[in-house]
Amino acid sequence: MTVGLEHFLIVSAVLFVMGLYAMLSRRNAIAVLMGIELILNAANINFIAFTRYGAVNMNGQMSAIFVIVIAAAEAAVALAIVLNIYKNFHSVSVPNVDKLRD
Amino acid sequence: MGAFDIVFYLFAAVTLASACVVVFSKNIVYSAFSLVFTFFGVAGLYVLLSADFLAVTQLLVYVGGILILLLFGVMLTNKIVNVDVRSGGSTKVPAFIISGTILVGLVAAIFQTHWISYKDVPWSRSPWNKDAVAGALTEFSKVQGSEGTATTIGKLFLTDYLLPFEVVSIVLLIALIGAAMIARREPDPAGDAPDSF
Repeated sequence: MTVGLEHFLIVSAVLFVMGLYAMLSRRNAIAVLMGIELILNAANINFIAFTRYGAVNMNGQMSAIFVIVIAAAEAAVALAIVLNIYKNFHSVSVPNVDKLRD
Repeated sequence: MGAFDIVFYLFAAVTLASACVVVFSKNIVYSAFSLVFTFFGVAGLYVLLSADFLAVTQLLVYVGGILILLLFGVMLTNKIVNVDVRSGGSTKVPAFIISGTILVGLVAAIFQTHWISYKDVPWSRSPWNKDAVAGALTEFSKVQGSEGTATTIGKLFLTDYLLPFEVVSIVLLIALIGAAMIARREPDPAGDAPDSF
């Protein structure tokens, strides 16, 4: 069976589900961030596969570039927030962080 | 089975296997390091999809930037004695059920959809639109050619995507300044330090 659009979409779907599982089940906040990165990569694979095989000319690749930029911004802000959480709670376990006030 | 298929299966296997390690490894450091191989595998898939500029961008931004940030986060927050305080019930079973349901739905949707390609868009078959078809196809084959996609992407950034380009650069600048400010917030010398409880 020759590799076509569906193969890339399947890989992307599996990657997305793995990222979702990491987001839902991991306790470490940084592991949750890794799950988010996996999900964004899955979305990018979809964009670029549709550029190659679909009817969107170069718009898919342009969208993928914007996704990468937003992912970089998101990772920086999220890491800063996680560092502050660690400073305040001495832990980055997500279930432990359930208090907004001091 | 051609060389393209073999390389595709190789990169897909690398991506998914290392993503498994990322998701299922107990040790967060192993997760962070196998994320490198996931990003490399995804970059290989981009190359297979003839997106050379994006593959290089993926390596530069993800492996060179985001992964280093994540590793700094791991090293700054991980204790040597990894005490995993179990508070609350396990979320693994509901997470597995939700993810599995979504995976089944996605795979079913992928196989049941009739995907249109650029060859069977309606306008490309209409006989009175031959010139537009030929133009679009030569543009596409130009993109596919040995020139690479960087020229096309650069032209698009300064024409059709000028406003999103400027907006996203401002967003990135503000996000990085904000991240630096949040991360470097010193305790207040007036006394009500945030870590005083």
